Amino acid sequence: MKKWQDNKGWLFILPVFIIVAFSAIIPLMTVVNYSIQDIFGPGQRIFVGTEWYKEVLTDQRLHDALWRQLLFSGLVLLIEMPLGIAIALTMPTKKGLGSSVCLVLIALPLLIPWNVIGTIWIIFTRPDIGLMGALINDMGWSFDHTASGLHAWITLMLMEVWHWTPLVILLAYAGLRSIPEAYYQAARIDGASAWAIFRYIQLPKMRGVLTIALLLRFMDSFLIYAEPFVLTGGGPGNATTFLSIYLVKIAVGQFDLGPAGAFSLIYFLIVLLFCYLFYQVLLNVGKGESS
Amino acid sequence: MAQICLDEIAHSYLPFAKTDADYALKRIHNIWDDGGAYALLGPSGCGKTTLLNIISGLLKPSKGRVKFGETDVTDLPPEKRNIAQVFQFPVLYDTMTVFNNLAFPLKNRGFDNAYITPRVKEVARILELETVLHKKAEGLGADAKQKISLGRGLVREDVAAILFDEPLTVIDPQLKWQLRCKLKEIHEQLKLTLIYVTHDQVEALTFADQIIVMYEGKIVQIGTPQELFEYPNHRFVGYFIGSPGMNFLPCTMENKQVRVGGFHIPVDDHTAALGNRATGSLELGIRPLYLKIHVQETAGSFQVPVQSVEDQGSYRVVTLAFADQIIKARIAENDPVPGSMAWVSFPEKWIRLFENDHLLK
Ligand SMILES: Nc1ncnc2c1ncn2[C@@H]1O[C@H](COP(=O)(O)OP(=O)(O)OP(=O)(O)O)[C@@H](O)[C@H]1O
Ligand SMILES: [Mg+2]
Repeated sequence: MKKWQDNKGWLFILPVFIIVAFSAIIPLMTVVNYSIQDIFGPGQRIFVGTEWYKEVLTDQRLHDALWRQLLFSGLVLLIEMPLGIAIALTMPTKKGLGSSVCLVLIALPLLIPWNVIGTIWIIFTRPDIGLMGALINDMGWSFDHTASGLHAWITLMLMEVWHWTPLVILLAYAGLRSIPEAYYQAARIDGASAWAIFRYIQLPKMRGVLTIALLLRFMDSFLIYAEPFVLTGGGPGNATTFLSIYLVKIAVGQFDLGPAGAFSLIYFLIVLLFCYLFYQVLLNVGKGESS
Repeated sequence: MAQICLDEIAHSYLPFAKTDADYALKRIHNIWDDGGAYALLGPSGCGKTTLLNIISGLLKPSKGRVKFGETDVTDLPPEKRNIAQVFQFPVLYDTMTVFNNLAFPLKNRGFDNAYITPRVKEVARILELETVLHKKAEGLGADAKQKISLGRGLVREDVAAILFDEPLTVIDPQLKWQLRCKLKEIHEQLKLTLIYVTHDQVEALTFADQIIVMYEGKIVQIGTPQELFEYPNHRFVGYFIGSPGMNFLPCTMENKQVRVGGFHIPVDDHTAALGNRATGSLELGIRPLYLKIHVQETAGSFQVPVQSVEDQGSYRVVTLAFADQIIKARIAENDPVPGSMAWVSFPEKWIRLFENDHLLK
């Protein structure tokens, strides 16, 4: 006990502790504070316990937003992960001009600020002047992301995939590059097919980076705000009202800090829960596999 | 598969090789016998891995043909050659069990389970891997992993040669010895050709019947350990094999004697004749083990100052100044240790002459 208290080692982690306290714990506690009180104005507040939580959890619009959000993130992962891996596999493996140029081109979308991305795609898909929008309309399909929920989703999906698949590509590519040449040589001698090489060498060796890619892409897409906000502000109707858009509507639009606080905490816990699940699954994937 | 025939092989990693220096392998022209245990010995970067990869088919040589017996395999991919290769670091399919690792080459070749299962068990028995067959390969020790890599080669019945590229580098010394014994055992049991790359001469000497010494992209000598020790073809072999390496002293001939600085060293008639015929620059070579060191004046010996005496455990290395040169002698543990002066003699039987780095014979 004595040792634990006297240990000077605590001094070393103190700075980190303070930074984390200011950056995460204190803001979080403020949110907790809001979520259990009803605030009318400065100095006018009453303790309401779990009331806001009950209200939020039974809110039908929140349920809708949650399912929408899950569908969106699910689709993002389903498209971006395989696409990213596939593109990484086709990239030049030798060091040189070819691979450098490829990497720079692929990383470009990652360097563009979020609001610019939104603007680019709004213009690109506009039915009257947008290159893609006009082209599709000229071919006889009417395409308008401000009128059709499906079209808004397609546009968002394109935006998201175009913007973030490069991250998956870069991570997968880094994973592929770290595989020692001897593995490929051994596989050739063992007579392995391209599929077997992918399945038994490349995929297992990429597991670490792919876990990171998956977590990053999940969190990011689950918290998506800027793109739907710029595109249609959550519309048409509620078609692209994802969790964070809805949250901002409650908190800023209606200034209901109590429900917004409760909502935020639930939102946070959902993200945490999913990340934990993904992490556990990926950590253990293939461990129990036999014969 | 009979013998491995390397017909005028040369290889360069550059697409347009011009000078000799561009070639990682300069000219390899050799036949290696079926069922032999060969060690490929040479310093880092001399082209050992390159040569191995050419034999296994991972690399196509820029020039020359590779033949297994009468069949020209130069254009065949590795999986079509009946050869297995074990790499420096164990290569495993970590998500598979040991059983599936061993079965992998057979599955890829379309064998059915009725054949695969007994065959894998057989190989696991030889390699003593039976107890871990159903474990994941990932968690095993380095020696077990290297055995699995070896097993993937042995499991194919058509395999006639196994190439090892420094396979024991990552293994503890004690296990190294065990694995080396296992390899010898397998070699005797299965009559496979083994080619074993190493730059550790002790490993080479204990493992192989024939040692191939490579230097700067060339094979400088192939021979039994004894041949290499007693008649090194090239200065490099003399220096590289044996501990410490052979002594070389620039010299000239004076009738039936070799003159080194102010010393006249008598040699036998045969050696004298060779020396007198030579026209290039001459060197006398002698193994430290064969130099005789006396602590007092003895007939036919030269008095020289002692620079140092190093204890190497089972023997001592004496460093002497000999006619402006340094020579080393190796004496047994219980031989008398010289003081500041020693008397050294050169037994005629062990004196070799080298002309322009090549042994005269
Ligand atoms: N993939 C490659 N591309 C270009 N040059 C290479 C390549 N592999 C080897 N070399 C060059 O060819 C020469 C021979 O290399 P090699 O790997 O065959 O040597 P080694 O005898 O196996 O050495 P070590 O004992 O270090 O393994 C070296 O000079 C090396 O730099
Ligand atoms: Mg090598």
